[in-house]
Amino acid sequence: MHELVTPVIILLILLLSAATLTWVERRILGLWQDRYGPNRVGPFGLLQVVADMIKLFTKEDWIPPFADKVIFVIAPMIVMIMMLLGFAIIPFSPQLQIVDFDNGLLFFLAISSLSVYSVMLAGFSSNSKYALFGALRATAQMISYEVFMGLSVMGVVILSGSFSLREIVEAQSEQWFFIPQIVALGIFIIAGIAESHRAPFDLPEAEHEIVAGFHTEYSSMKFGMFFIGEYLGVILISAMIVTLFFGGWQGPFLPPILWFLLKTSVFVLFFILLRAATPRPRYDQLMSFGWKYMLPLALLNLLLTGAYRLWTQ
Amino acid sequence: MIDTLFYIAAAVALLAAVLTVTRHNAVHALLYLVITMLAISLIFFLLGAAFAAALQIIVYAGAIMVLFVFVTMMLHQGDLSIRQEAQLYRPSQSFGAILLSCILLLETLYLLAPVLFAQQAAANALNIIGAKQIGLQLFGPYLLLVEIAALLLLTALIGAFHIGRRHQESPT
Repeated sequence: MHELVTPVIILLILLLSAATLTWVERRILGLWQDRYGPNRVGPFGLLQVVADMIKLFTKEDWIPPFADKVIFVIAPMIVMIMMLLGFAIIPFSPQLQIVDFDNGLLFFLAISSLSVYSVMLAGFSSNSKYALFGALRATAQMISYEVFMGLSVMGVVILSGSFSLREIVEAQSEQWFFIPQIVALGIFIIAGIAESHRAPFDLPEAEHEIVAGFHTEYSSMKFGMFFIGEYLGVILISAMIVTLFFGGWQGPFLPPILWFLLKTSVFVLFFILLRAATPRPRYDQLMSFGWKYMLPLALLNLLLTGAYRLWTQ
Repeated sequence: MIDTLFYIAAAVALLAAVLTVTRHNAVHALLYLVITMLAISLIFFLLGAAFAAALQIIVYAGAIMVLFVFVTMMLHQGDLSIRQEAQLYRPSQSFGAILLSCILLLETLYLLAPVLFAQQAAANALNIIGAKQIGLQLFGPYLLLVEIAALLLLTALIGAFHIGRRHQESPT
């Protein structure tokens, strides 16, 4: 019974926190930009989330007649399912982890590479030029940055000697991996932003060029699923950064689960700050930055980490 | 339990493979191929090769198939391509391919027959293979193959770079 209840509770908490994050983001962006943000509905505007949800649910759920209907409906589900699946392997605390999978890290990479299909199929099935442009951009961007993401975490794997996220966290009891793997951390964060196509790497949905990118034709709760999927992605990437580089649940005095939540929230806030503080690059700049700087850096980091490991053994 | 899961995954893989060949819409066909890849990955997992299963998803379903769909999506012209494909492909044309695969199937059945009839005792003992064992094998006895594969990939990379290079004005 216990095994069934925990995942359901985690699922509900995740969905709730992703929805609340939409409000948190708008309030904090407001704070940093010297304005209020949504503050009318409920105390501090907290019920804005509920208002938004009512709005999304009661909107007409319209499928364009020129769309490829089945794929059009499936596409937003893929991103939600993939992002929620990703949380199954995160060790929230020593006791709280849904599955301790031996190849947890590979599972995470598989999840993030499969979530590309969501954006791609959304763009294809919409049968509209802006959606197609958005999907092409998103696919090229995600498939490129996935390479650097995979290469950057291999340094952590070399140091800990395992793909299991639990063992990676336990290997950090002496020293958190962000100190020896500071380069990998930078690459992982940048690749993480590109993977979840958040600002400043939100070229696939850049509204000044291609309307709303891949979700141009989506309305109502199907759009809502892309939206919530994006916030789930932000939480997932933050949780992975904490697990891989910042010792997961480890920390003094406070209980482990609180440490984990605290560290994760810091990175979620960092993602929001990035959106407030950075301008969008041009699309070709984004791609050439990836292949010309990130890839050699990731390879060099891997080489040096491997050499260090062989030297000390 | 594992047997049942295996047969379900195998049935899904086969069905998706047949649909891959027979769809007229190229993107739909490729999506069925992705499902085949996922089913095969599940079979690897059930056989205890979790590392191979993860790589099957990351490399085949997550990278190679994405590129396939990417290119097809760019070249896809809606109903026109579907009509063209419907004209090009008729079930009668697949006769040769079906015949050849039937020969392979018969051979496979012939090879498997002793295993199928002898009650498998060894198959029940699941041998789980970790990433370390695969690494030791790859960079031990099979090092030469890894080097050759790396060389092949490098060649492909240089070729792609050459084709994708911008043409410069040649001095005349």
